[in-house]
Amino acid sequence: MTSAALRSRAWKLLELVTTPLLPSDYLDLVSPLRAGADLRGRIEAVHRETADAATIVIKPGKGWRGHVAGQYIRVGIDVDGVRLWRAYSVTSPTNRADGRITITVKAIPDGKVSNHLVRKAKPGTVIQLDQATGEFVLPAARPAKVLYLTAGSGITPVMGMLRDSRLADVVMVHSAPRKEDVIFRNDLHDLVADKALKLVELHTDTDGMLDLAELEKLVPDWAERETWACGPAGLLDAAEAHWAEHGAAERLHTERFRPTVVVAGEGGEVTFGKTGKTVEADGATPLLNVGEEAGVLMPSGCRMGICFGCVTPLKSGAVRDLRTGEITEAEDSPTAHVLVQTCVSAAAGPCELER
Amino acid sequence: MTAIDPTAHLTDEQIEELGRELDAIRDEVIASRGEKDAAYIRKVISVQRKLELTSRGILLFSLFPPAWIIGTAGLSVAKIMDNMEIGHNILHGQWDWMRDPKIHSTTWEWDHVSPAEQWKHSHNELHHTYTNVIGKDNDLGYGIMRVDEDQKWHPMHLGQPLWNFINACFFEYGIAAYDLELGKNLHKRRRNRPEFRARAAAVGRKIRKQVLKDYIIHPLLSGPSFLTTLAATFTANLIRNLWSHSVIMCGHFPEGVQTFERRSIKGETRGQWYLRQMMGSANISGSKAMHFMTGNLSHQIEHHLFPDLPSNRYAEVAVKVKALFEKYELDYVTGPLPKQVFSAWHKVFRLSLPNRKPKVRTRDRDKELVAA
Repeated sequence: MTSAALRSRAWKLLELVTTPLLPSDYLDLVSPLRAGADLRGRIEAVHRETADAATIVIKPGKGWRGHVAGQYIRVGIDVDGVRLWRAYSVTSPTNRADGRITITVKAIPDGKVSNHLVRKAKPGTVIQLDQATGEFVLPAARPAKVLYLTAGSGITPVMGMLRDSRLADVVMVHSAPRKEDVIFRNDLHDLVADKALKLVELHTDTDGMLDLAELEKLVPDWAERETWACGPAGLLDAAEAHWAEHGAAERLHTERFRPTVVVAGEGGEVTFGKTGKTVEADGATPLLNVGEEAGVLMPSGCRMGICFGCVTPLKSGAVRDLRTGEITEAEDSPTAHVLVQTCVSAAAGPCELER
Repeated sequence: MTAIDPTAHLTDEQIEELGRELDAIRDEVIASRGEKDAAYIRKVISVQRKLELTSRGILLFSLFPPAWIIGTAGLSVAKIMDNMEIGHNILHGQWDWMRDPKIHSTTWEWDHVSPAEQWKHSHNELHHTYTNVIGKDNDLGYGIMRVDEDQKWHPMHLGQPLWNFINACFFEYGIAAYDLELGKNLHKRRRNRPEFRARAAAVGRKIRKQVLKDYIIHPLLSGPSFLTTLAATFTANLIRNLWSHSVIMCGHFPEGVQTFERRSIKGETRGQWYLRQMMGSANISGSKAMHFMTGNLSHQIEHHLFPDLPSNRYAEVAVKVKALFEKYELDYVTGPLPKQVFSAWHKVFRLSLPNRKPKVRTRDRDKELVAA
């Protein structure tokens, strides 16, 4: 018998001992980052970058498969006891000697996760991770001339690239409201001193917003450069139009941080993913009734919000708790779906249920 | 059971006001649910797992009497924690708000022969919705006993003290049979329904796993301590069964708890539903440790009012709920465990015989009938 087969037999025996739990339920108590566990990480340090941004140093679990500079990871963290998932760019280089990764987070107004990470995250906390993903990366064949066009926290994936590999001719045009709001300002100026980067730093509070018509003056050869742009939707929309207008669209790569815009209206279109049905629902009818009327097989129970016999994964959109008016939004993750009680929840804008 | 409706003095407006006050208590807890509560359930789960592993480890040497005693005691406590404070409450969805897939009513499985899925249906959907409604809530005597004057007497009930004792010793099997509705489903016409067969097969698989673990693998791993470990796991299951049966009997069977007629819940409002839960449940008084070991089902009244609030909050909720009982001049049924267990058993014995007096009616929403 091979050693792998032996191990698998031993594991089966262990499962018989630990039933109804799994051996991993016990191992997780002592070794949450071990090989074979769900992917997690441990926060090791939190470094302040600006007044409202911080870099989180994470020791990833043994299952971490590494990342490509520019990619992002999804992070699941418990905020006030509730697990919330968000995506953040990896800002550390791929070859960091100690195997740690970093993400850099800017606290946005009313952002539950970003404010928690920037202001309250403590070293030692175990968080949930997904493997790195994303297409906003440098090609293996490094381009000769590069332009990074960034604004605000849009600098984070680009910082991951700058730290990862030194390219011959790199220009960066970065906007932030004020000097003190520029994340990684010291690192950027170190790179400039090293002649690894030409930097155009714009402070929009005093200089005004970047007008792409002016780009020609700042970077005369912009159209020849392979360009990576990341920042607010306004900047990216303008960039896409500008590059297209000058016939350079294939040289522009963009990354959007899409905070899922939820229309918490009076009701909306409800999609039942598995059954493939879509119906209009008002904001007062429980989703359970909506589903049943559409002939969808809905699990149900007490119909008054106490037994949880009806909970269903919410894949996208938002629902309103008919008892409290509280809005629950779908999680921005393909694996971690919020479970909602369909008997006391109504559509709050378009939404999709896994039924 | 009383001839007079103990809620007859309340007007419909008062009942709805009571409902609003209870909603406010619920909202307060929900608004303050957070990190501390999450840390609490994770801690309890972690302690339970470590206690179970340690106890089972000690039992590998159960040939030595001190090891047998310590290991059996530890395993009994671990099994009680698994079923009561952890399993029962997670399966109620009390911790679903944490959105942790590992501590969620839809993913949790417990150390019990009834699969979580089936128990959730019979307990959460039927018992908690139709609490103490005769003919709707099968928890009233579990279909084998008569625990209310309004339930029809049958000669079979003469043996109910014995049935109840046997049920107490093998309570988890009793619950599995109850969740399968064996009494109804073993009938010739129903027994071969695929839906029932699938559920029975699931129970069979669960029983096999539980038996294999407790009575074969763990004793085998104990080598020369095979027999003593077998005795230990059997004892731990017995203690867990007797304990949980006692706690659960105290929830709805003691004297003073009201039952309701089927037609009294027609068109029931939220306030009336709350009132039924208040009058249909009984608490157990005692120390913090006692509350913990009952899975906070000692706060049965609060649990029935708010089945999905985290169990660690029932103690603070109880203070406010008790004040409402006083305000609305209602009887808050509570007492120490021995008293409540005795009261419940007394009823089991008493009602094994037919009623002495002619049948009297319980609370009815139709007040004229009561007054008449």
